[in-house]
Amino acid sequence: MQQANPASTPRDFLLSVEGLTVSFDGFKAVNDLSFYVDENEIRVIIGPNGAGKTTVLDLICGRTTATEGSIRFRDKELTRMKEHEIVHAGVGRKFQNPSIYEDLTVFENLELSFPRGRGVFGALAFKRDKEVIDRVEEIAEMIFLRDQLKTEAAILSHGQKQWLEIGMLLIQSPELLMLDEPVAGMSVSERVKTAELLHQIIKDHSVIVIEHDMKFVQDIAHRVTVMHQGKVLSEGSMDHVQHDPKVIEVYLGH
Amino acid sequence: MIGDYTLVEFSSILAMQGFAGLILFSVFVLMALGLAIIFGQMGVINMAHGEFMILGAYVTWLCSHFVTAYVPALFPIYFFIAMALAFLASGALGMLVEWAMIRHLYKRPLDTLLATWGLSLILQQLYRSVFGAREVGVSLPDWMMGSIALTDIIEVPINGIFVMVLTMLISLGVFILMFRSAWGRRVRAVVQNRAMAGAVGINTKKVDRVTFGLGCGVAGVAGSAFTMIGSTGPTAGQLYIVDTFLVVVFGGAASLIGTIASAFTISQAQSTMEFFMSGSMAKVLTLLTVVGILMLRPEGLFTLKMRR
Amino acid sequence: MNATLYTRREWIALAVLAALILIVFPATMDIFRLNLVGKYLTYAFVAAGLVLCWGHGGILSLGQGIFFGLGGYCMAMFLKLEASSPENTAIQSTPGIPDFMDWNQVTELPFWWIPFKSFPFTLAAVIVVPVVFAYIIGAAMFKRRVGGVYFAIITQAIAAILTILIIGQQGYTGGVNGITDLRTLLGWDIRTDSAKFILYFVNAALLIVVLLLGQAVRVSKFGRLLIAMRDKEDRVRFSGYSVADFKIFIFCLAAAFSAIGGAMFTLQVGFMSPSFVGIVPSIEMVIFAAVGGRLSLFGAVYGALIVNWAKTSFSESFPELWLFAMGGLFIAVVMAFPNGLAGLFRSHVEPLLAKLTRKSPPPPAPDATPAEAVKLAAE
Repeated sequence: MQQANPASTPRDFLLSVEGLTVSFDGFKAVNDLSFYVDENEIRVIIGPNGAGKTTVLDLICGRTTATEGSIRFRDKELTRMKEHEIVHAGVGRKFQNPSIYEDLTVFENLELSFPRGRGVFGALAFKRDKEVIDRVEEIAEMIFLRDQLKTEAAILSHGQKQWLEIGMLLIQSPELLMLDEPVAGMSVSERVKTAELLHQIIKDHSVIVIEHDMKFVQDIAHRVTVMHQGKVLSEGSMDHVQHDPKVIEVYLGH
Repeated sequence: MIGDYTLVEFSSILAMQGFAGLILFSVFVLMALGLAIIFGQMGVINMAHGEFMILGAYVTWLCSHFVTAYVPALFPIYFFIAMALAFLASGALGMLVEWAMIRHLYKRPLDTLLATWGLSLILQQLYRSVFGAREVGVSLPDWMMGSIALTDIIEVPINGIFVMVLTMLISLGVFILMFRSAWGRRVRAVVQNRAMAGAVGINTKKVDRVTFGLGCGVAGVAGSAFTMIGSTGPTAGQLYIVDTFLVVVFGGAASLIGTIASAFTISQAQSTMEFFMSGSMAKVLTLLTVVGILMLRPEGLFTLKMRR
Repeated sequence: MNATLYTRREWIALAVLAALILIVFPATMDIFRLNLVGKYLTYAFVAAGLVLCWGHGGILSLGQGIFFGLGGYCMAMFLKLEASSPENTAIQSTPGIPDFMDWNQVTELPFWWIPFKSFPFTLAAVIVVPVVFAYIIGAAMFKRRVGGVYFAIITQAIAAILTILIIGQQGYTGGVNGITDLRTLLGWDIRTDSAKFILYFVNAALLIVVLLLGQAVRVSKFGRLLIAMRDKEDRVRFSGYSVADFKIFIFCLAAAFSAIGGAMFTLQVGFMSPSFVGIVPSIEMVIFAAVGGRLSLFGAVYGALIVNWAKTSFSESFPELWLFAMGGLFIAVVMAFPNGLAGLFRSHVEPLLAKLTRKSPPPPAPDATPAEAVKLAAE
């Protein structure tokens, strides 16, 4: 089971993805991909449509099973774990379209993600005590929804729904957050606030973000990984990848 | 010697059993084809499918009476007329149902299931009120009676052969319609990406209605063919609905070839086992095996691995 | 906040319901009618299970008759063995075994019947057998992420298989007639009026216990997770929950509720047969929950009462109309009022009541007519 070769991880990365491959009926959506994420790093993955960005997140969080390769998170091999176990290990995932419980209130949405009573009987015995309420309020403050706690999630604006889902991840206290296009469909002022939120989040989390909005990427990224046809095309600072001829070729060439 | 039979007798019995299985196979295929179109292409569970089939059977029955009474000259070929009428009647009813009911429920598959069950109850009672509770049978033209002797022991009934040939032709027709015609391309486009299909100018609502109507029409033809090998009652449709759903799901909902292959497997398994045990136990074992396999392989036998 | 089991309004609804089935019905009905109502109420157990499983969790089981039947058959096997004492069956070629076995040339009690001579075993089996069965089905399907219409069809197929099996193996199961001619429970004759009266109350009390249990699940975090799973299963999974475990649990709980109903059915009606197991009874059980309101536990009780009452009176006087009515009901609860009576009460009666009670706040009178009470008690 322990496939990762320790020699290949010279430093203690939070997340090491190595030789990751997944094929759907012969089509390799992700092909021999390797990258490493540090503690408290914001890593942005960019790339043209169909480059395999979302599939990478799916593989890390267990939604899709890898054909080959390894994903090590701290000292755990994620490729063999079930989705909820990966969450327990400390990986949170936000989906591209806001995925929240529309029939429940903002408070209940956050409460359900609070990391306690996750078993069947734990959930039956779960009590909404002060610890839970305080934590929900604290997170709600962070995601600008302090005044909407009792609002049914269905009637939030699109941007607020995105924040709520980020909040639902934060309350899980994950070490690594994965956000798939968090500012898609947001207004300019909402984008600014989201960037602010992300800067606050990385104080004690690592973050992987998929994003198309280059201005936003420039604003938040520590390092950028450019994907193309399931592989890493280029990696480095925003400045570095912007001037990489291979990247320019892919984005502007054809 | 096998048991009390000689080898020749035993193999003949197996062959006859196999032939009985082929007739069951034809019924399954005919019913499942319409269901596979509706469920596989539209994702709609039509619990009233059996009743659409029975409508076709009643149309055939009416037609046989009408022809015998007024135009006996047409009797030898009335089946072909009846089948066309059955297709039209069931198809028209299907389009009406789609317009009145199904189109409001596309996003609620479980509710569609309940609503169409309600429809099936209403249709059953309607048949009972109009045609009576007794089972009715049609009279076969002379050329369809009797059987062909293949060997001294093996005889195959002509109506059985006719139904099988018919099944093949209808399957072929549906296949060509769905996979080789412009209209079939439109249906598949709508299945794969409704919004995009709408954007490139396909009238998705019309495609839905016609697809549903087509599935029901094929069920009507199935009912018409059904009258050649059995009698028809108001609740006959319900008898087959679960088997047929299992056939469709087992074959992999979106695959017509899969549907046919699974109909073949299930019908042969059942009729072969019927030789060794009671009919009910054969059915229990067959269905249990299918359910068991579906639990292990829920996507059915013939589904491509999908990117989720 | 969530420490209370019921809001004030729900307490009133519960009080009205309890008063109706514990006081009003027994006080106003003769024993024949009361026994009939008792029979209807056994279906309310199934409907309550479906409210949790289908209404809240989005898992539509078209096989609740399986569990109703298994619970009922377990109870019937015990009663049948008691009725088949060697003295009672002296005229049989093999005395001491159930009559239908004797008729089918079975000469020895099958081994799996033997434990049902024990009443404690039977009581345990009434719950355990259906729950284990539900666990196997649930684990096989939910662990592989089979849900929605596939789950519905598979459960329906299993209900069909079980029916064919019971009918086919008549030497061991009593076949299509079922297990009939049940007489005594531990020597107590269950066919007398007084026994029927007492059993009615046992049944009603059990139903209220089940409703309280169901409500406890509903208001817990588990209940909110059910709704969350129905809406966004993946989000629940990626919030660290093993979705399959939750589905299996609620499916087993619904099975247990149904089984209690089935056992009480056998006791009150005096027989059990495959006609309560198969496709048709199973899907009818869904309509009880749908008519009451798929999200309302109390509604399930009223749904079971009203639909069955209508079925009995229609089939007596206009048997042809009943299937039309039933069919129409299926279509109507889906298309016109998806939240059933509970939903109608919320949107139409409640505002009216609020207007009235602003002047005079007493709770609704316990002797409300059934029709009014339905609307009052549906949450």
